[in-house]
Amino acid sequence: MTFLATTPILAAESDGFHAPSIDDFFPPAIWFDGTWFEINRITLVRFVALIALLLVFGIAAKRATLVPGRFQAAIEWILDFCRYSITYDTLGEKDGKKYVPLITAIFCSVFFFNITGVIPFLNIAGTSVIGLPLIFALWAYVMYFGAGIKKLGLGKFLKVNLLPAGVPKGLYLLLTPIEFLQLVIIRPATLMIRLLANMMAGHLLLALCFAGTQYLLFSAEGGLKVFGVVTFAGGFAFFLLEIFVAALQAYVFAILTALYIQMSSAEEH
Amino acid sequence: MTGLTLATALGGAVTAEESEPNPLLPESYDIVWSLVIVVILGFFFIKYVMPKFQAILDERAEKIEGGLAKAEKSQEEAKAALEEYSRQLQEARTEAAHIREEARAEGGAIVEDLRRKASADADRIVESAQRQIEAERQAASVSLRQDVGALATELASKIVGESLEDSARQSRVVDRFLDELEAQGTTGAALTSGTAGKDA
Repeated sequence: MTFLATTPILAAESDGFHAPSIDDFFPPAIWFDGTWFEINRITLVRFVALIALLLVFGIAAKRATLVPGRFQAAIEWILDFCRYSITYDTLGEKDGKKYVPLITAIFCSVFFFNITGVIPFLNIAGTSVIGLPLIFALWAYVMYFGAGIKKLGLGKFLKVNLLPAGVPKGLYLLLTPIEFLQLVIIRPATLMIRLLANMMAGHLLLALCFAGTQYLLFSAEGGLKVFGVVTFAGGFAFFLLEIFVAALQAYVFAILTALYIQMSSAEEH
Repeated sequence: MTGLTLATALGGAVTAEESEPNPLLPESYDIVWSLVIVVILGFFFIKYVMPKFQAILDERAEKIEGGLAKAEKSQEEAKAALEEYSRQLQEARTEAAHIREEARAEGGAIVEDLRRKASADADRIVESAQRQIEAERQAASVSLRQDVGALATELASKIVGESLEDSARQSRVVDRFLDELEAQGTTGAALTSGTAGKDA
């Protein structure tokens, strides 16, 4: 907060230094300004990621053969990771089987929208604006409610989730509201906010490092230029970190979705 | 991170009048386009990519399992064939030994038979030869007995009837005797056989 608050002051003080700010995530409209279908730079970035995803997996699926080539083997490695390491490890093979497509779709999509943050000329994660994380979280939300109700029935689903077994009855006064909040708000909200905040922070860090480098190398005087090398090195490190974070957050989102499905459809907590 | 964003959200709520946008409050267009994108991706993955790869994986698993089963089957077949072959070989060996044994026995029997036959033949031949010799010997003995008797009688009568002083005469007598004997020999054969028959 303090960082965000101080950036405009910095920007005002020094010309040539374009500090990143919250406004980066709300770029001006390109088409359909002010309508429900407004398209801005970030929407376009999302479309680029969407098309890349459709192309990569579309081509892989279309050319899929019994004996995989390198490309197919790589894609299958990702799909196997989603299937075994995320879904089956969490839900077990029997229950997990029908959620494999969902988890795979979530993992691959979130990763593609995250990774745009470090792709030159895109330079912002598709998930760094609330809309996309919100929709993904809602999808997971609907799925884990659906999984629980489908498996246990509405009554038992609510009973298992709101009145956990093995607890003295008096504690329900305390526990049930917490469990309710957990089930209805906290889980989807944490899913959404974790992803959004990570991607926003990553963008701000990278933008700050590179803006700093630009300013120090080209606008600063004398000895200060040396620090440009430092900020560039920092930017490079954060760049690598962001690649890791993009994958990590996709993994976290997918595994939490699987976990929530497992928790809501388990007979006991 | 979450704390920061939540703080921002709260801050945003407080300073809602200001132009600073709140990153936690989605714009309508943001939701619309995100929804469009996620729906496309959801359908794409769930209806196209995953079934396609699932089919490939299933087919692959089936092929591998099929291949394994096939390999196992052919191995079993090979094993059975080997056993069958060994069994047949064993049988053939036994049969060959049996045949050899039989042949040897049969050969022995044939040789024995032939030997017996040859020995019987030889016995028969020897016997018949002996019988013939015996018959001839008897015939000769009969004829000789007759002839010697007659000759002796005749010679004695001649010797008595003639003077033995004159050597010429003597030799003449002997010659005549021999001539007679010779002449008698030709007729005597028939006579001998006749007497031989009478003797027997």
